Amino acid sequence: MSEAVAAHYTSTGLDTRKIAFWTFIGSETLLFGTLITTYLLYEGRSVAGPTQHDILNIPLTSVSTFVLLMSSLAMVLGLAGVSEGNVKKARIWLAMTALLGLVFLGFQAYEFTHFVQEGLTITTSLFGSTFFTLTGCHGLHVAVGVIWLSTLLVQSFRGNLGSDKTTTVEIAGLYWHFVDVVWIVIFTLVYLIQRGGGA
Amino acid sequence: MTATDTTVTTHEYEVEAPHGIWSWITTTDHKRIGIMYGVSAFIFFLMGGLEALLIRAQLAQADNTLVSAETFNQLFTMHGTTMVFLAIMPLSAAFFNFIIPLQIGARDVAFPRLNAFSFWVFLLGGLFLNASFLVGSAPDGGWFGYANLSSMQYSPGRHFDFWALGLQILGIASLAAGFNFIATIINMRAPGMKLMRMPIFTWMSFVTQLIVVTVFPVITVALVFLTFDRLFGTTFYSVAAGGDLLLWQHLFWLFGHPEVYILILPTMGIISEVLPTFSRKPLFGYPVVVYSGALIAIIGWGVWGHHMFAVGMGALADSYFSAATMLIAIPTGVKIFNWIATMWGGQIRFHTPMLFAIGFVAMFIIGGMSGVMHASPPTDLQQTDTYFVVAHIHYVLFGGAILGLFAGMYYWWPKIFGRMLSEPLGKLHFWLTMIGMNLAFFPMHIIGLFGMPRRIYTYSPDLGLETLNLVSTVGAMIIGVATLVFVFNVFRTRRRGQPAGKNPWGGATLEWAISSPPPVYNFTVLPEVRSLTPLWTDNGVSEIPDHPPAPIHVPGGSYWPLLTAIGVLILFLGALTRIVWPAALGVAWTMFCVFKWAYEPFEV
Repeated sequence: MSEAVAAHYTSTGLDTRKIAFWTFIGSETLLFGTLITTYLLYEGRSVAGPTQHDILNIPLTSVSTFVLLMSSLAMVLGLAGVSEGNVKKARIWLAMTALLGLVFLGFQAYEFTHFVQEGLTITTSLFGSTFFTLTGCHGLHVAVGVIWLSTLLVQSFRGNLGSDKTTTVEIAGLYWHFVDVVWIVIFTLVYLIQRGGGA
Repeated sequence: MTATDTTVTTHEYEVEAPHGIWSWITTTDHKRIGIMYGVSAFIFFLMGGLEALLIRAQLAQADNTLVSAETFNQLFTMHGTTMVFLAIMPLSAAFFNFIIPLQIGARDVAFPRLNAFSFWVFLLGGLFLNASFLVGSAPDGGWFGYANLSSMQYSPGRHFDFWALGLQILGIASLAAGFNFIATIINMRAPGMKLMRMPIFTWMSFVTQLIVVTVFPVITVALVFLTFDRLFGTTFYSVAAGGDLLLWQHLFWLFGHPEVYILILPTMGIISEVLPTFSRKPLFGYPVVVYSGALIAIIGWGVWGHHMFAVGMGALADSYFSAATMLIAIPTGVKIFNWIATMWGGQIRFHTPMLFAIGFVAMFIIGGMSGVMHASPPTDLQQTDTYFVVAHIHYVLFGGAILGLFAGMYYWWPKIFGRMLSEPLGKLHFWLTMIGMNLAFFPMHIIGLFGMPRRIYTYSPDLGLETLNLVSTVGAMIIGVATLVFVFNVFRTRRRGQPAGKNPWGGATLEWAISSPPPVYNFTVLPEVRSLTPLWTDNGVSEIPDHPPAPIHVPGGSYWPLLTAIGVLILFLGALTRIVWPAALGVAWTMFCVFKWAYEPFEV
């Protein structure tokens, strides 16, 4: 099939989807960069409600951070399963990745509910607005990742996730690892290094 | 089929372009998407122009009462927003779509369905924004929507919701197109087309897309903050909660200044194609033009503060932004010298595209000079918020971007539609536009220096500026007449235009190597490029036969891009009306469509 060869010719030899996806990740970096910068700019400037020192629970969030980090490991193993053509391994670890993502979201749901009970909502203060928007945006990304992984699992059970789909899964993995890395930055800057106001 | 059947004279592998309205709705062909971008954007351009004419009619005389202050606010806001987001950007996108794959020797863009999605989202976003007129609450706070004029407290109607949500929709279209074109240009170039053999229009478009994907996330977040403040009562731009109004200005201009390079770089690319073709000389200093374009994009990221000298950022910040702004004049000036040197000693032919390109150079120099004046904070403090700034932006965006886009239309029209636009009508269009724009915009320099502020719906006769304002209005009307000449030219060409042939202007780049309009598959065989100016160099490109020597696969189209775009629109209608179920429906519908799209059999 000469046209198939022609269709797969690329200038760099790299997969075009991957190039586009790296561009997307570059763009997402600016999105989170803007959210994080705004959080830091407004940190310690709230005039009402609980501050970050009163309310952020570092031990608890360390656990959920660990869960998310482990999900990246599961993602690596899931991708390995797909590229080896090992269907069972792929299914187990992709499901594990999604499950750990869900656990992280569960922690976040608990955290948000707890904060609202403590009197911090998205409208309470600058801290509330910036915190919920930043971490909510991250949580939304995790949720999208979980849905994405679920569709891959569905495809696997339809027999459509052989080793020819390695790049497809690799791109989902790129997304997942990126969302994970962003959380490490957020956890460090929002939870671990707390500056200004009331300390 | 035997091996001897590969004769190039046979028609047996010819692919027919599909017909009918459905084939346009489901099209994933970059050429059709380019035409749809062009037509929609030109209609928005006419609407934005109409708004400008109403503004000028109101200002034709002192104490005029043609439109109310409220209407005037809506007119100048929608004029600016429309021209930036719905006219210049998508007109550039029309050329990205149609021309880039042809210039790099590709069959289509990297992701044809994503490309269709970008177009539909853009179109629905444009309609969303303009639907605000129908309910009498068009955006009314300027195209930059400064906080806290945009707060619920000071703008309780739906004006700013239309604006913020509309721009958010358009941002989705721009970002999707950005990823697509970056991947296309990096990875879909024909064999032998190294980066430094890429046509300059493709290069400048590439730089533009890099700016798009880096600055649009910033405005996205700024608009999310604004929307949350208005919808949910968050405190991002609330002074009472300790927030800082300048957060909006910083985020907006962090996007807004690179945005002006998004507007101007594609047209710089266009005229860098037109000037060499009509001077019969290769572009002078091609690598320098490439590097200076890239430098403009990089420095453009660090000059946003010059829009904010009046807010008192302090001496250090003012000094930095002043110096950076003066610095960016250098790569821009370099380009201008390159264009002049390209024409120098060439065999210049003054066809319409060339006239518009030379007009661009001349007008952009004037706009550039008044721009550098703003780099100095003390000078800027005198000029800011006066008509002097209005004069400056119109010399760079009308005298620059719009003239350049017209140069592109006259230059590529024969390629896109296979027929030549009329030269006499084109020249009439050009001269009317030049006279009109200088009458309309030059007096604004003086009006501004005499102290007339921007964005006021009327002024006192005691200012002594009635004559100059009247001159400006007359100029605007002449631009309107000039544009009608162009529209007439277009309709006349549909029936009476001369057939163009492959290469009517004697261009050097790949798009001129194939028939006009190009066949649905673009190139009968993948060309192999051996030169920066393939058609001007002996053996610069491999033989491209007139008919395909082998079967060519052409994707059949898809309706999922449009359906997905409709899902996005429903979500935003939910946000606009503050009703939860359409928003939820929009999310669910979009997710469903994305899933169907992802698993649709679609071979590029």
